[in-house]
Amino acid sequence: MIEQAWLIPVIPLAATLLIVFFGKREPLRGAGISILATGAAFVISVAVFVQVLGGAHAERSWPWFEIGDLRFEIGMNVDGLAAVMFVVVTLVSLLVQIYSVGYMAHEPRFTWYFAALSLFTGSMLNLVIANDLFQLLVGWELVGICSYLLIGHFWEEKENADAANKAFITTRTGDVPFVFGIFVLTFAAGTTNITEITELAQGGAISAGALTVAALLLFGGAIGKSAQFPLHVWLPDAMAGPTPVSALIHAATMVAAGVYMVGRLFGVFAGSAEALTFVAVIGAITMLIAALLALVQDDIKRVLAYSTVSQLGYMMAALGLGPAGYTAGLFHLFTHAFFKALLFLGAGSVIHAVHSNRMSEMGGLRTAMPVTFWTFIIGSAALAGIPPLAGFWSKDEIIVEAFREAQYGVWIVAVLTALLTAFYMTRAIALTFFGDYRGQGHPHESPRVMTVPLVALAGLAAVAGFYGAPFLEGGFSELVHFGEEAHAAQFDLGMAALSVGLAAVGIAAGWALYGRWRERDPLRSLGPLYAFLDRKYFLDDVYLRGIVRPIQYPIAAFVNWTSRVILDGIVNGFGILARLLGRATEAVDRRVVDGAVNRVAVGTGWTGALLRYVQSGNVQRYAVFLFVGVAVLAVIFTRV
Amino acid sequence: MFETWALSLAVFLPTVGTIVIALVPRERDRLIRLLGILFTGAALLVGIVVLFGFDFSAPGAFGAAQGASALQYRVDVSWISAIDARYHMGLDGVSLPLLVLTLLLSFLCMVYTWRFLPEPGRPKPFVALLLLLQTGMAGTFVAFDLVLFFVFWELVLVPMYFLIGVWGGPNREYAAIKFFLYTLFGSLFMLLGFLAMYFKANPNTFDMIALQQAGGTFGRTFQLVVFAGLFLGFAIKVPMWPFHTWLPDAHTEAPTVGSVLLAGVLLKMGTYGFVRIALPILPQAARIWAPVIGVLAVIAILYAALACLAQRDLKRLIAFSSVGHMGFVMLGTATLTDVGINAAIYGMVAHGIITGMLFFLAGSLHERYHTREIAEIGGGMLQKVPYLASVLAFTAIASLGLPGLAGFWGEVMALLSSYRPAPGLSLGLFRTLMVFGGIGTVLTAGYFLWMLQRVNLGTVPERWRDKQFRDMTAVEYVSWAPLLVAIVVLGVFPRIVLGVTNEAVGTLLTLF
Repeated sequence: MIEQAWLIPVIPLAATLLIVFFGKREPLRGAGISILATGAAFVISVAVFVQVLGGAHAERSWPWFEIGDLRFEIGMNVDGLAAVMFVVVTLVSLLVQIYSVGYMAHEPRFTWYFAALSLFTGSMLNLVIANDLFQLLVGWELVGICSYLLIGHFWEEKENADAANKAFITTRTGDVPFVFGIFVLTFAAGTTNITEITELAQGGAISAGALTVAALLLFGGAIGKSAQFPLHVWLPDAMAGPTPVSALIHAATMVAAGVYMVGRLFGVFAGSAEALTFVAVIGAITMLIAALLALVQDDIKRVLAYSTVSQLGYMMAALGLGPAGYTAGLFHLFTHAFFKALLFLGAGSVIHAVHSNRMSEMGGLRTAMPVTFWTFIIGSAALAGIPPLAGFWSKDEIIVEAFREAQYGVWIVAVLTALLTAFYMTRAIALTFFGDYRGQGHPHESPRVMTVPLVALAGLAAVAGFYGAPFLEGGFSELVHFGEEAHAAQFDLGMAALSVGLAAVGIAAGWALYGRWRERDPLRSLGPLYAFLDRKYFLDDVYLRGIVRPIQYPIAAFVNWTSRVILDGIVNGFGILARLLGRATEAVDRRVVDGAVNRVAVGTGWTGALLRYVQSGNVQRYAVFLFVGVAVLAVIFTRV
Repeated sequence: MFETWALSLAVFLPTVGTIVIALVPRERDRLIRLLGILFTGAALLVGIVVLFGFDFSAPGAFGAAQGASALQYRVDVSWISAIDARYHMGLDGVSLPLLVLTLLLSFLCMVYTWRFLPEPGRPKPFVALLLLLQTGMAGTFVAFDLVLFFVFWELVLVPMYFLIGVWGGPNREYAAIKFFLYTLFGSLFMLLGFLAMYFKANPNTFDMIALQQAGGTFGRTFQLVVFAGLFLGFAIKVPMWPFHTWLPDAHTEAPTVGSVLLAGVLLKMGTYGFVRIALPILPQAARIWAPVIGVLAVIAILYAALACLAQRDLKRLIAFSSVGHMGFVMLGTATLTDVGINAAIYGMVAHGIITGMLFFLAGSLHERYHTREIAEIGGGMLQKVPYLASVLAFTAIASLGLPGLAGFWGEVMALLSSYRPAPGLSLGLFRTLMVFGGIGTVLTAGYFLWMLQRVNLGTVPERWRDKQFRDMTAVEYVSWAPLLVAIVVLGVFPRIVLGVTNEAVGTLLTLF
């Protein structure tokens, strides 16, 4: 099956076309095709995964196009990392699509929604399978446009369209350096084949300087795509999209593409200590600042969005530790996909029931929505790092590695963020599920089609961590490691005790502050610090008022003005000048009738002709004009 | 037999059409339009047959080594013996994509005209002029004699002048005259350059291939001056910044198919001129001029993107976006590398398809709303005319350079080539240009998405609620489907164009 791994992205992409053209005639209005295709891709992914577990590895390339001496290929590189990602992407996508059948049942553009989900799934899988930088870039941008389309799914509201634009433009800003990084590698390595580039970089065939530049530029793309500081601002707004989309694209898969890319091109990053340090620093900053922002959100999806940003920061920081953190970072990507998708789908279930995103309009839902409640608890505990759930193993591994690599800055931030994570999730649970119901209407548990995916994901969130647990032989680290030797997870009882202890502190503090509903958020007593967080460090304001609006209005208007008034003024000025000159020479010609100035007459005819065109637009004279012009020029040239 | 006649057929079949239509009474409206479709269709058919007979592995008609023997479907007979002007036409990998693009777009414009004829009607002159225009456009891309080239080049002006001046918008006369005189102004300098080369070459010749061989003997100063003349002619046509101001006016006023051909084909005459004439005949000057061209190209990218943000008229916005896209084409050309020039030709084709499509859409929107003001349309088009709006969204996204669609490869490869321009060109300068070009892609995404938001999204304003608009009609489906398919197919398989141009461009590079 591994030789046919290319079917994994191709099937959902083909399904997109089918849905666009025939989706509406299908009994499930397009969802059937979409789910079948993703299901097929999932089955193949599992088969491939099993083969890869048995030691198989497939790498194939087919010629794509040539330009100059550069040859581009479409290829597939099915190694452990890709195999894991296939399973994660197809599985989460499948569950999200099943859930969407219920969630989107009464929403507009149902068929289109599934077409876009299929396109997204195929594009994401193409990004994963790609073995050529430009093929990767195609997947990279396609998932971006799918994200745009789905964030703006409810485009009747201007807010949603704004959020979609913001997401696309912000990530594209990161894509500019990303593309340049690809250029640097293309020329430095003389190939765009990722495997070859990795070998060349590891073999020292690419200069350290080039590797550093390439890695830093590539990381720009990851900063945009994976919502790292300072381009993280789009992800919270992206919550404007339907909640299942947030679960799939903005939690489990697409936002992890930046992490995946760094992992895929780790040969380049590992060749530059400077680049790795930069990755670690950005990751650490991101995990902390995002966790702080998650503290003050009222919108349940925004809590989860900032949490996602924060967790992506963990993954990046881990990768920034170098080969030692490689497995840990990607393992966290793996576990996070399940429990964060679960949390989003849980939030969606709640939103579906209460018709509001605001936790201040929720409360007490644990009795009305028991399945949602319990699965949400499992997801939150996994996120907070409660053993033995998934997040515990992966997060703990990152903390241990940071300490072992003597990256104490990263370590302290990671530990502190673990505390904050437990705190904000406790807050969210308390506000949503405990106390009395504060919203309108009667909340009810979601239909089976939505709760079944919740239960499935809860199961995964509970057990996925064992796959990379330190005591398991031949686990995750056998499949995903950098270099020849697998870097097995280390268990450190002290570290585990520390992180669990801090999580407990976070939970206790969260419960103490939010266990009982208060009209006024207790954190407001932080005063200016609260305001600072509430305004998102004023970053959005700086971007919007400092960059976007000035370009959009005054600068654009000024440029347009220069074109309309100055440049066009010169052109019109020439026209007027020619007209005046024509009149003048005509007048001179009339008055000074002298045989000796026949030569001038030619010139007069010239300008005069021009003038007449200006005035009358008489084009029939054009041929005459042309002839005279050519004659004059010919005379001039024979004399030169 | 067909070998030598094919190009003449493709170029002059439409002229025959013009004559035939001249003989048809003007009341026979449908017949006239049908004849238009038939003649452009026949020319397209010739083009397709040519395509199948084309040897794609052949080198381009550049350089002393290959010379004229590299030309396919070549015809070379004496024409005006007094000045050694010859009827010399041929095809190589650089000409072929542009010829096919011309034939295709002209045909689709005729199909579109079957239903849509702008005020004040009068199909007879309209169709006749379109056919004449096609001869000029197609001829420009296959002529290998400078006089012949010049005749085709100028022939284009007249029908386009009338198309804008008669069937244009409210400000049509100003726009038409401006278009005509501005281009003419440039082409005079171009002609001056042609004549200079004619007299300088020994023996005197207008033959492009012969001039390429003679070009090596031209002195540096002579090359620089002549290049300046050619530059003015071509740069105004492209148009490069700061010579672009005729374009927004011409586009805004031109009838829909006029805009489609103007953007789709006419602008490429300028960029083609650089690749076909200026670079190979005057390589030494090209090296010296390349940084200037590169800088102007990138200014165009940024300037146009910013100007687009300020546009209120949809057509004007698309016109300015053309200036930016042609900036990428010129940036690729200015690198004087095989990657850059391939990217330029790919970019020309992609822009022709995508922007042609955008102008079709702008025209069709105007047919419904009778306005092109973005604020006046006011959003909600996805509700009002969902199919039309979806096609607009698709095309705009293609135009902003999404990978997987045609708009991407020309731009990204142009940027790639400026990372490593030809030896001798300043690395620092071209990498700076690359960075600013990259910023341009963000701005481009910005204005297109903002336009989509204001036109497509949101709810239908009160003023349009009660109006009934037809969504896409059969004629629109037929005339757009080939373009929409091409956008996807070229995006997924860029080889379709690059496979044609790569060999040809390779031989051009031997001249540097």
